[in-house]
Amino acid sequence: MKELMLGNKAIARGLYEAGVKYVSSYPGTPSTEITEEVALYDEVYAEWAPNEKVATESALGASLAGARSFTAMKHVGLNVAADPLFTSAYTGVNGGMVICVADDPAMHSSQNEQDSRHYARAAKMPMLEPADSAECRDFTVLAYELSEKYDTPVLLRTCTRVAHSQSLVELKVRQEAGLKDYVKNPAKYVMNPGNAVKRHFAVEDRLKALKDYSETSPLNFAEMGDTALGFVCAGSCYQYVKEVFPNASVFKIGLSFPMPLDAIREFAGKVEKLVVVEELDGIFEQEIRAAGIRVDGGKDLFGNTGELSQSKIAAAMGLKAKEVSRFGEPVPGRPPVMCAGCPHRGVFYVLSKLKLTVTGDIGCYTLGASAPLSAMDSTVCMGASVSMLHGFNTVRPETSNKTVAVIGDSTFLHSGITSLTDIAYNRSISTVLILDNSITGMTGHQQNPATGYTLKMQQVPPVSLEKLCEAVGIRRVRSVDAYDLKAVEAAVKEELAADEPSVIICRRPCMLLKYVKPRPALSVEMDKCRACRSCMKLGCPAIRFEGGKAVIDANQCAGCGLCATLCAFGAIKEG
Amino acid sequence: MTKSIMIVGVGGQGTLLASRLIGHVLVEKGFDVKLSEVHGMSQRGGSVVTYVKYGEKVYSPIVDKGEADFILSFEAVEGARYLEMLKKDGTLITNTQEIYPITVITGGASYPAEPTQKLSKLCDVKAVDALALARAAGSEKAVNTVLIGVLSNYLPEIEQDAWLGAIEKLVKPKFVELNKKAFVSGREI
Repeated sequence: MKELMLGNKAIARGLYEAGVKYVSSYPGTPSTEITEEVALYDEVYAEWAPNEKVATESALGASLAGARSFTAMKHVGLNVAADPLFTSAYTGVNGGMVICVADDPAMHSSQNEQDSRHYARAAKMPMLEPADSAECRDFTVLAYELSEKYDTPVLLRTCTRVAHSQSLVELKVRQEAGLKDYVKNPAKYVMNPGNAVKRHFAVEDRLKALKDYSETSPLNFAEMGDTALGFVCAGSCYQYVKEVFPNASVFKIGLSFPMPLDAIREFAGKVEKLVVVEELDGIFEQEIRAAGIRVDGGKDLFGNTGELSQSKIAAAMGLKAKEVSRFGEPVPGRPPVMCAGCPHRGVFYVLSKLKLTVTGDIGCYTLGASAPLSAMDSTVCMGASVSMLHGFNTVRPETSNKTVAVIGDSTFLHSGITSLTDIAYNRSISTVLILDNSITGMTGHQQNPATGYTLKMQQVPPVSLEKLCEAVGIRRVRSVDAYDLKAVEAAVKEELAADEPSVIICRRPCMLLKYVKPRPALSVEMDKCRACRSCMKLGCPAIRFEGGKAVIDANQCAGCGLCATLCAFGAIKEG
Repeated sequence: MTKSIMIVGVGGQGTLLASRLIGHVLVEKGFDVKLSEVHGMSQRGGSVVTYVKYGEKVYSPIVDKGEADFILSFEAVEGARYLEMLKKDGTLITNTQEIYPITVITGGASYPAEPTQKLSKLCDVKAVDALALARAAGSEKAVNTVLIGVLSNYLPEIEQDAWLGAIEKLVKPKFVELNKKAFVSGREI
């Protein structure tokens, strides 16, 4: 039976079919759906971990115990998991272990577009790169065979266009893998220097064996056509190349590390021009050139930034562009925006009004950086808001009463807690706002340790953010209703005035949660509206100006009441 | 021959379900099908794009400049934004509903006047007030199925029952009748 499946769902299917028992991940676009989909299989234990490092280590523990295990993350998540990644290459596995990393060229929903292929090389770990959903399923199953045969975790790399595209997948049945025996083996799993020195030799020997496999693996193959042009490519680039040059010769890479350089050398000998097509960095090109193989085109044609596509490849190869029509006048930009009724909006309104310096973090609330709120000074990575605030305030104590950090509940539990410990321990006079909307929002509503539910919707005791902050040594911890503008403003002013570290938890569940019922929509009484535009400072998508007066779109309005609070003329009313 | 449909709209309008519904019907019909979606940040009220491609063998999942046989636009100005993706002889099916982006709301940019009329001079346009039809069918959220109904007239190889069957399979049971009604109202335009 063939089914149209998202690449991520196909990976989940592959996990199921490969007899995987243990999955632990932290959500991150474009990897999230793998773990959500695999959680639907009763045979597979699946969880959200607080962060990618924890997820990877727990998957390694499950592998040590003999189960086939898995973790998925976005590219920047692999930075968080890099510590266990590198040493798990030394320990190898007991049950097979696969780490999926989903890159996001063009940054559809990311803060950088790093190329995860570097990690395979740095950690000396094999990497597979599927090009469509069928390969997502097939490569996942194969990855477990390779993992157990070569005694190594295997990296499975996708990108947005593979993870979030749907194509046909042939479904097969689950092969139970069982639990392998656990045998105590400190020489392999206790990575103290004495043992690790020996394991490094094992890693190098394994790489040689994998290189030999790569040369003859069915994952790497040449499709010979017209020999005037020969392309080397992997993943989605293969699809783009085939679309533009259906008759050209193509060497398709499926096992992208270690590379099949001898097979590529043979291919290069059969074509007149060799062109390497890869998104982001010129990794294939460099390794092919370093092997002494002539390359006639690569990064000089395609550049290092963004996604490729059929038209970009066609243009770089000198083909004539297709004829197109253009609208001919500017079309207004439509950037993402906080939803009407978003509990983050009022907090950013207050921060903007008080003209504070705000170190920000990763989540829906990063949208607080956009106009008209424009209340964010930095966004770097998960948890950085809190630690950057500490550094900022330590060298500029005179402005610590004008500087705050904002971080979401899930992000705080991911890596904000260690940063807050730094503030508490080293006593910078810092004020941290935790925006607790009771869900992991931006990635599409995943549970986290503070929500009281697991991935499989089992009810569990939620982490108390208040007690957690108190436990690391913050004495001033308070919570406010994020919809209550006056209370938020008062709390921010008081905590900024205090001469010790403090935390304000701004609490209100995400408007999009099913159990949150929107309040009745508000409307503007035209004769009372003085067109002062106070309400417009909220940047609410439900409010616009028409005929010189504010108008509220009843379809969008969630009745949060922030605009009514701001209206000095009482013009905004229910109904 | 591969055919390409591009679906554009505003995050939250149901473009994902639309592409999945069209994809489902095409698979049932025996085509090789690829869809491409974008999740995450852009869904928060931003401009969103999904692609549907089908034929005997489809390679790239994305639709590129000058390649779309159809653009299905859920909002009046989104079709204008992506017009260069339309084939020279392609058709733009557009909802006439205007949703002001935050850049217009805050006064930084202006919303073009009469975008649909202007587009009609540049390409083949089929314009419908999908919001009104969706309301008449019972919910404003059914804009997506109304527009699929309009599109269905341009895909003669697929009969009405196949579309209605896909709605039954992919839409939550309590919204099936409403969406069928919305589909038919779009198809009968």
